[in-house]
Amino acid sequence: MANTFAQATEQYNYDIVRKFTVMTVIWGVIGMGVGVYIASELAWPFLNFDIPQITFGRLRPVHTTLVIFGFGGSALFATSYYIVQRTCQTRLFNDTMANFTFWGWQVAIALSAISYMAGYTQAREYAEMVWPIDILIAVVWVTYLMVFVMTLLRRSQPHIYVANWFFVAFILATALLHIFNNMAVPVSLFSLESYSLHAGVQDAMTQWWYGHNAVGFFLTAAFLGMMYYFVPKQAGRPVYSYRLSIIHFWALIFLYMWVGAHHLHWTALPDWTSSLAATFSILLLLPSWGGMINGIMTLSGAWERLRTDPVIRFMIVSLSFYGMATFEGPLMSLKSINALSHYTDWTIGHVHSGTLGWVSMITFGSLYHMVPRLYETKMYSQRLMFTHFWLATIGIVLYITSMWVAGIGQGLMLRAFDEYGNLAYTFVETVSFLHTPYVWRAIGGGFFLSGMALMAYNVFMTIYQAKRGQSVMDAKIAAKMAQA
Amino acid sequence: MSEFALWFTKMEHSKPFALVLFFITFIGIVLYVYANRKRGERLESYKNIPLEDDDADRIPHHKDKDDE
Repeated sequence: MANTFAQATEQYNYDIVRKFTVMTVIWGVIGMGVGVYIASELAWPFLNFDIPQITFGRLRPVHTTLVIFGFGGSALFATSYYIVQRTCQTRLFNDTMANFTFWGWQVAIALSAISYMAGYTQAREYAEMVWPIDILIAVVWVTYLMVFVMTLLRRSQPHIYVANWFFVAFILATALLHIFNNMAVPVSLFSLESYSLHAGVQDAMTQWWYGHNAVGFFLTAAFLGMMYYFVPKQAGRPVYSYRLSIIHFWALIFLYMWVGAHHLHWTALPDWTSSLAATFSILLLLPSWGGMINGIMTLSGAWERLRTDPVIRFMIVSLSFYGMATFEGPLMSLKSINALSHYTDWTIGHVHSGTLGWVSMITFGSLYHMVPRLYETKMYSQRLMFTHFWLATIGIVLYITSMWVAGIGQGLMLRAFDEYGNLAYTFVETVSFLHTPYVWRAIGGGFFLSGMALMAYNVFMTIYQAKRGQSVMDAKIAAKMAQA
Repeated sequence: MSEFALWFTKMEHSKPFALVLFFITFIGIVLYVYANRKRGERLESYKNIPLEDDDADRIPHHKDKDDE
């Protein structure tokens, strides 16, 4: 067995996958920790402590950057490098370039967090990084594309498995989005400040073209790549329909790029642009649910595994949340619904339904599948995996329901009129109403964070156990050699 | 530039043209994937790729640390 594993580690570059996996867990704990802290700041504002660096405004982009790009991005690097090697049955192209993507990405994430806390931001949502960091990310990303595509080109397997299509689309689209959204003129060569190249409504349009496609390609397409490999692998049965996965892929690719403008309903944006975005958002329901059904049906006939296998549980819940979030999204993109939901916490609840329910849960499931294989051992504790599952699930439910209450209540209050046509509530009354749901949201986030911390402990104990096992094995071999 | 090429430079022409082009391409993909049974079988055979590189023999059977 050890011999087989040794062959696998020689055949594949697992070292880079291990590094990204460890950083996924570390950024997950820090990023979600910051998230819970800022959620608590909203419920109990004294937690700002009048220290500028830790106020909500500065920590919010720290949270989003660490969870989306630190946790999610590292997970995507890890799993895409793992999947492309295994499905192409070839080693990753160029270890040095792969290592550069690791260090470049980690440095970019760390510098981003530090710069936000110091007060430097581009003020573009999910793209707050200042221009020198943007350039670093662009270089890292092009290197990532080269490593991935070159690995595909030297595959032993004639067909490129569909998971890799999703990864290529994600890498290409993210490059396009990142470069065009961040086009800016620096104030000077030694200044971190810059002016956007776009102006006015075009600037807003570019921002949300980026913002929604970051959701579409970074947080959806790429994690679907993860799903199309790890769900069949863990279930031990092939994906329900390969042809459906092809249609799922192309429909998603054709539709996603059009929908960003639904973030700008009832603004200076032309009305037709808004309607077009809403129309394509509704159309997106079809591929999204096609993909969800494909994933869930893969488990058809293996449902009993749900009782005993925590990894399958994570995966099935993630697919369910993928279905729910992709139903809620088109619903919220309708202008009439958006008039109520926009600028309220319903949006925050929706985003977390996707990111905690879909992105995080599929990542947890995939990592729990991958880590034992990377270290040639078993997970340290299956009970901790079950506990993690329940903490995460309860956390998501608390988070989303409290945000529904907050958002819908807030929306209704903001547009309520009395019998004379005056606003029925003052703004501060809506703020006061939000306090209770904010407390529940922070508690929900706390549950989710506790689960993440348990995972970190479980993963690090697994790695420790594997290393200890290897040392014992080495000592035994050395002793035998000495006897001989 | 010819008159024909100039027609495409107007946004009110190029945008619906692109939409029609993408739509036809998508319909083409659907037909390619589903119209031919033999091709369908070939495409479905690719679903086994993740399982072909099976590593089950490399992973020790799970025995929970807590159960030890």
